[in-house]
Amino acid sequence: MTTRYTEDHEYIKMDGDIGTVGITSFAQDKLGDLVYVEQPKVGRKLAAKEDAAIIESVKAAAEVKAPADGEVIEVNEAIVADPSLVNSDPEGAGWFFKIRVTNAAQVAALHGEAAYKAMIA
Amino acid sequence: MILRLKERVLMSEIPSETLSKTPLFDLHVSLGARMVPFAGYEMPVQYPLGVLKEHLHTRANAGLFDVSHMGQVELHGPDAAKALETLVPVDVIGIAPGKQRYALFTNDAGGILDDLMIFNTGSYLHVVVNAACKAQDIAHLRKHIGNRCEIRVRDDLALLAPQGPGAEAALKGIAVGDVPQTFMAGGRLLLAGIDCLVTRSGYTGEDGFEISVPAEQCEALAKALLGQPNVQPIGLGARDSLRLEAGLCLYGHDLDTTTTPVEATLNWAMQKVRRTGGERVGGFPGASAILGQLDNPASVKRKRVGLKPEGRAPIREGVELQDASGNKIGVVTSGGFGPTVNGPVIMGYIDTAHAAPGTKINAMLRGTPTPVTVVGMPFAPHGYKRI
Repeated sequence: MTTRYTEDHEYIKMDGDIGTVGITSFAQDKLGDLVYVEQPKVGRKLAAKEDAAIIESVKAAAEVKAPADGEVIEVNEAIVADPSLVNSDPEGAGWFFKIRVTNAAQVAALHGEAAYKAMIA
Repeated sequence: MILRLKERVLMSEIPSETLSKTPLFDLHVSLGARMVPFAGYEMPVQYPLGVLKEHLHTRANAGLFDVSHMGQVELHGPDAAKALETLVPVDVIGIAPGKQRYALFTNDAGGILDDLMIFNTGSYLHVVVNAACKAQDIAHLRKHIGNRCEIRVRDDLALLAPQGPGAEAALKGIAVGDVPQTFMAGGRLLLAGIDCLVTRSGYTGEDGFEISVPAEQCEALAKALLGQPNVQPIGLGARDSLRLEAGLCLYGHDLDTTTTPVEATLNWAMQKVRRTGGERVGGFPGASAILGQLDNPASVKRKRVGLKPEGRAPIREGVELQDASGNKIGVVTSGGFGPTVNGPVIMGYIDTAHAAPGTKINAMLRGTPTPVTVVGMPFAPHGYKRI
C-alpha cells in the first residue's frame, strides 16, 4: 500500500486500484475543529481535482477534491456523525471516501511522503 | 482542498510588519496561541484548546479574552455627557455614576458609524470603541465635541475580559474590595494589587467583566486571572461564535453605515428621552431618519433577524436569502456553527414582510435553496447577572 499527497493536502492510500482519500494532519490542524461534513454519493464518477466532499470547521469552509479520476465506492459515514474524527485521526478513522481509480498515472504523479513533508515544512 | 478561511477572523491585507501588538502578545505566544491579523493587530485566534472547547469552556466556566485592541477614550468636563448626546441616539446624561450603557455613533443618514460602551465613572465618561473604527471615532469626537469637553485617548490602557459563570469567582479570588454586583455596573477595584476600572459587562452573552488596566500591568493581571481555578485563555474564534449565539452584532458585518439602529433591531438602545415626545428628542446625526422609522414602523423596509436552518451545514456571511418564488429578500451578515446550540446559527437582514418569527425562507447555500426559519434571538440564553 502506498500513500500519495496532493498540493491541496489530500492524501490517497492505494490498495490495488482502490484509493482511500482523506485530508492530512497538516490540513486538519489548519482548519481547526470540524463541525460539518457532506460526503459525495456512492457511485459518483469524479474527475481529478473535482470537489468531492464539503467540510466546514469552526473557522473555515473547504472542499475535499478527488486526487485522481475514479468512482466513489464507499464513504465514511462515521465522520458525518462525528466530524471531530477527522481532527483526532485524519489518516485513520477520519478518512473520507474510497474511489476506484481509473487513471493510475495521476496518482503516480502526486507527491510521495518525503516530498509532501518538504512542501509543508 | 482549498481553505476558504473566515475573512473577518483570519485574513487581512495589512502586511504583518505594520501590525500592532497588545501588551499580552508575548503571553499569547507563550500560551501557544495562533496569532492572526485582526483590525490592525496581531491577535490570538485560538489557543491549543481549540475554538470549540474554548467556546464551551467560556459558557461552563470562565474564559479570559484580551480585547486591548479596542479603543479607550475618556471624556472630561461638566458638558461631556450633553456633548456626547449630539453624536448618539442614547440617553447619556441619564447614565448614573457607576453605570454603563451601550450606544451607537450614527451618521446623517441614520446609518451606524460604530457601536460603543459608555461608562460614567462619576467624574468622567469612559468610552470603549471598536478597534477597526477607533481612529475614525476619535477624529469624529474631536471634530464635533472637542470644543465642549476634554478628550483623552488612553492608549496606555489595556482591556481584559474574563467571561462566563466562573468569572465572578475568578475576580473575587484576586480582588480587594467588592466586585460590581450587577450587569452594566462598575467602579474602581484593586485586582492582584493593581488599580483597575472594572465593569460587569462583555460581549459573549455570559456574566463577566471588562477590566481596564494600565498596559504595563496587564500581563501581571492576566497571569493572576489565569492562575484562578478553571480560567482558560480564549481567542477571537470563540469570541465570534459566543457573540453570535448571544445574538450580538459585530460592527462591519451586522452593523454598518447602511444599517440604521431600527433596522438592526437596536430600539432598546435608544431611550424614550431621545425619541419623539421625549425631553431631549433628536439632536443626533440622522435623527429625522431614525425617529421617522421609530414613529412609523411600517416604513422600515428590512430588519435584522435570527435564522435557523433545518440541516447542519453552516451558512456563512454573504449568502443570499430568497422567498419561495426565488426573489432576493435579504442576506446573511453573520453565520457559523454554534457549539452551545450544537448547530448552525445565522444572523441576517431580510425584508420586513418576511421577518416574523416562524417564517420559512431559503438560503442559497452553494447555489442550492436551503430551508431556514426566522427565529428570535439569542440562540443561547444570556447569563447576565441582573438580580
